Amino acid sequence: MKEVVIISGKGGTGKTSLMAAFASLAGNMVLCDADVDAADLHLITSPMVKERHDFQGGHTAIINQDKCTQCGICQDLCRWNAVSDDFEIDFIECEGCGVCVYLCPEKAIDFPLNTCGEWFISDTSFGPMVHARLGIAEENSGKLVSIVRRKARQLAEEKNIDLILTDGPPGIGCPVIAAVGGASGVLIVTEPSVSGKHDMERVIQLAVHFNVPAMVCVNKFDLNLDQTHAIEEFAKENNVSVLGRIPFDPIFTKAMIQGQTIFEYNKESETGQVVKQIWEKAGKTLGLK
Amino acid sequence: MIISIASGKGGTGKTTVATNLALSIDSDVQLLDCDVEEPNAHLFIQPTFNKTETIYTPVPEVDEKKCNLCGKCGEICQFKAIVVIGDVVLPFPELCHSCGGCMAVCPEDAIKEAGRELGIIRRGQRNGLEFIDGELRVGEAMSPPLIREVRAFTRPDKFTIIDAPPGTSCPVIAAMKDTDFVLLVTEPTPFGLYDLKLAVGAAKLLNIPSGLVINRSDIGDNKVNAYAKEIGLPILMEIPFDRRIAEAYSKGEMIIEAIPEFKKKFLKLYQDIMDQVS
Repeated sequence: MKEVVIISGKGGTGKTSLMAAFASLAGNMVLCDADVDAADLHLITSPMVKERHDFQGGHTAIINQDKCTQCGICQDLCRWNAVSDDFEIDFIECEGCGVCVYLCPEKAIDFPLNTCGEWFISDTSFGPMVHARLGIAEENSGKLVSIVRRKARQLAEEKNIDLILTDGPPGIGCPVIAAVGGASGVLIVTEPSVSGKHDMERVIQLAVHFNVPAMVCVNKFDLNLDQTHAIEEFAKENNVSVLGRIPFDPIFTKAMIQGQTIFEYNKESETGQVVKQIWEKAGKTLGLK
Repeated sequence: MIISIASGKGGTGKTTVATNLALSIDSDVQLLDCDVEEPNAHLFIQPTFNKTETIYTPVPEVDEKKCNLCGKCGEICQFKAIVVIGDVVLPFPELCHSCGGCMAVCPEDAIKEAGRELGIIRRGQRNGLEFIDGELRVGEAMSPPLIREVRAFTRPDKFTIIDAPPGTSCPVIAAMKDTDFVLLVTEPTPFGLYDLKLAVGAAKLLNIPSGLVINRSDIGDNKVNAYAKEIGLPILMEIPFDRRIAEAYSKGEMIIEAIPEFKKKFLKLYQDIMDQVS
């Protein structure tokens, strides 16, 4: 089974729009939205939710005021300054480390498990989809990413599907690390700008760090040909396959507004043909059937 | 006064607004780039850096001679960052959240703290603008501790602009919390709108007043405007799509350099933010 994870480093380079376009082309596959923090893929794939599950990410400390003697030990121990002067715990600051809970001499601190998001198994016209929604201001996005990827893998095994397409988050931190570990390859969507290139370089280093083969394509390449060229050179020097160039084309926004992929919006567009070639090259690079 | 610039969706123009605003204002300004996973503001500000320091977070280091393998450290640790298996104690420093719990419960005083490198913080300036950013080490998972270290350079006598990371989870909260105003930047598309609603939710949760900049304001539909009106979110600026801006951005140039009239618009944005806060 192969899993391709689409990442970018920089946000807004076109990951999700391209992912949806690839989904139109890939045939039999499982879709996985691992950008649990600001998930957008569902706005194009219109999933019909079949299963909904709570995500319990971690614990939060709550002081039981009836038992608390205000001795101050929890305040001294807490490294997040989450305990206020009147001995209330700020749930936003609380890291869920449990140090105050274990070391409170009065056993006055409760430590309930938090529901901090939900995840879904759905049907779409492209195939089954696993996706999630992390609650606002919640932690443990990496844990939720790991869950949706694991469920996507299970689903693919059950249904005898040998490809998973995963939409990854921006950045290089916790959720991205959780999204790329063990993948067959990452497909990096970048744009030809100083920031696009800077961020792509860091995300390539991340792929190397976790030993995941990387491929790159340049979106909106015609906004700056020098940068496009520099990106492709950097990729080649780092043994990253260069898949191709996609022009700056309002079709992506127009299709998004209709809640469609670019192929649903217009079967015949020139940009669509370019995207098709990029997907074919990615398939060959990964050894897809 | 501290403002944070956030968006939910990535790539909507947070850094563009943060950098152009910072260089348009004449008063004492500092710009803190808290998007430590992918810090970009320096590419546009091009500051002269005069100080770089490596930042560490404490993680346990076990003195095996003192350890009696009681396992209390593994019991308290919520992050599986230290365990006793058989006759060895195994710390996993990359999973550690630096809570100090293992050290606090160890009856043998066998644990002290060593450092795990989080990344670097750079400090510099350009024409009187104080510039500070954090850069997360590649492979490091946790950005909030580094974001908090960047924010520790906030100076109350200055107008502080914080460039926040995308999303709405803990890194964004670390960048946004305890600021006086959140400037949200979005684009008028379904993705922009969906993620804007999440970012509005984050600002509400933290009880911080907010205002909106609509970037590439003519590329999509009018649903972002309608939503802003519906919830009473003031639209403080609209920046139409302009290929000159996109091309200048791609080269690392500021809008106010490519199209100097924009300086007035950013000054007006600053005035409007001040009015909103007061």
